[in-house]
Amino acid sequence: MTRMAATRDGYGQALLDLAGNEKVVVLEADLGKSTKSLHFRKAYPDRTISCGIGEQNMLLVGAGMAASGYIPFASTFAIFTERAFEQMRNGIARPNLAVHLCGSHGGTHTGTDGSSAQSIEDLAIFRTLPNVVVMHPCDDVSTRVLTMQLPALGTPSYMRTARNKTPVLYDGREDEIKIGKGIILTEGNDVAIVACGVLVSESLKAAESLKAEGIHATVVDMHTLKPIDGELIDTIATRCGALVTAEDHNVIGGLGSAVAEHLVANIFAPLEMVGVPDRFGESGQADEMLEVMQISAHYIALAAKKAISRK
Amino acid sequence: MTKSISDLEEIARKCRVEIVKMVHRAQAGHPGGSLSEIDLLAALYATRMRVRPDEPKWGDRDLFILSKGHASPGMYSILAEMGFISHEDLKSYRVLGGICQGHVDMKWCPGVDFSAGSLGMGLSFGMGCATAARLDGSDRRAFVMIGDGEMQEGSVWEAAMAAAHHELGNLKVILDRNRIQNDDFCEVQMRMFDIPAKWKAFGWNVKEIDGHNMTEVMEGLDFLEAPENCNGPSILIAHTIKGAGISYMENNPSFHGAAPNDEQFHQAMIELGEVEA
Ligand SMILES: Cc1ncc(C[n+]2csc(CCOP(=O)(O)OP(=O)(O)O)c2C)c(N)n1
Ligand SMILES: [Mg+2]
Repeated sequence: MTRMAATRDGYGQALLDLAGNEKVVVLEADLGKSTKSLHFRKAYPDRTISCGIGEQNMLLVGAGMAASGYIPFASTFAIFTERAFEQMRNGIARPNLAVHLCGSHGGTHTGTDGSSAQSIEDLAIFRTLPNVVVMHPCDDVSTRVLTMQLPALGTPSYMRTARNKTPVLYDGREDEIKIGKGIILTEGNDVAIVACGVLVSESLKAAESLKAEGIHATVVDMHTLKPIDGELIDTIATRCGALVTAEDHNVIGGLGSAVAEHLVANIFAPLEMVGVPDRFGESGQADEMLEVMQISAHYIALAAKKAISRK
Repeated sequence: MTKSISDLEEIARKCRVEIVKMVHRAQAGHPGGSLSEIDLLAALYATRMRVRPDEPKWGDRDLFILSKGHASPGMYSILAEMGFISHEDLKSYRVLGGICQGHVDMKWCPGVDFSAGSLGMGLSFGMGCATAARLDGSDRRAFVMIGDGEMQEGSVWEAAMAAAHHELGNLKVILDRNRIQNDDFCEVQMRMFDIPAKWKAFGWNVKEIDGHNMTEVMEGLDFLEAPENCNGPSILIAHTIKGAGISYMENNPSFHGAAPNDEQFHQAMIELGEVEA
């Protein structure tokens, strides 16, 4: 049986693991139970700053602490990080202060809370900020490992985590995980599927179903959207000659766009982008949302065949 | 006024039953803030709101903006009681395609005037509605319900300052002061000190009541409507109990956003007088 876990739990664990560094501080906006910073709060109340329900204040408190030598980890729902976008832009990214922002419950997969809670634009907006590293890991292990690499980064970051459990892929494979380096999960020469977050396991399912039809896919976990791993994109584009991207995010501006931006400037290969079709979500169970938004394994496999047909 | 205090209490009781049924059926949602607000909503809708349930978009209606949009089961239950939606519709709460979305949504549900879910937005929206009513020369009013945790959002105070500056006498706020937010008690998360003094300092007419005492609730609504309080915006600070009416939910932060299990559901139905012990 595959172990199932939520990426937000990996984030919570990482904060505890980082606590040995006494410069690490945690900032909350009344969602610590949900983003999982609550474990750190319980263990290190003195280094946890409650900002109430005030995301804009939280980010700039983080900026001030970063400027004073601390390493702030701030979290809220992905959707509510967006409320503080300009604070992130002018107060954090512009002066290049290493505040690490985590947005949990990202994407439509978050489920029955409905469209107001389903962030489908966070990756796009934070990707447009100079200096900011943008990540969306797919399991709790990689979330923990990537989070633990953040203090060494020295620049600000945005990481999206998800509410619901997905299959764990990296138990015992911690050493393979590095910020900025995509990971090849399966290899095949017909098409390359580049995915992030909850759609990584959907892409592996799609690759399985394609195999039954004699189509061999490479699947890449592109946990870092910025800086995008261009070298890896070149490699798989050369090998497979056709690509698919898959993300639980608006098809505009996220992983698909990041891959497309690299491709058009470097190497020609047809690309099909699987993502939320530029519409808002609604209340539904996580698996239902993947169908409604046409981003489940089924749609990834369809896109793969289309990409191959365009070679 | 055609409804007696005991009529209103019975409406609120029936709404409480529906609230608990909704979150139990969905095994998700926000019972705590729905139960704390419901006596206020029952009295407001049953005796004050100038609305037409069979014509939800009637142009001269009073608007109600549930800014703490997660407390949607409370609003859906009173909309069903008033006839905007059917009791059958309540079963669609958090179900794919259902009109009762997780957070109240004006695109999905008749009688809902604002798409909420992100805290700190409803008061600004209400100010917009009140300003438009004034420009239209209409006597319609905008009622906005906010949460106490929600009051920590800076945008609430931008709206509070602006509404007083513009002397919006047709803007009326009800604060559900249940002392609990998402993670914990407000006192732990972010102390707010003297809340009535803050609103007074921002230029508002202020009254405090017990939000579960129907007689006081009616007096509070009288206050919001009183001509002498229509010179500028007014706020009713209703002291409430999060989870009110269900013993194990009362004053319990865990039931901000969690559903009762089957056993707890049964107990709730006993406590609400729906089934025999
Ligand atoms: C901008 C924003 N930040 C965070 C949240 C997550 N959230 C939902 S409800 C809630 C607590 C609200 O507390 P309160 O306003 O007191 O509501 P009530 O007690 O009436 O349920 C939080 C933090 C949100 N919905 N919107
Ligand atoms: Mg509250």
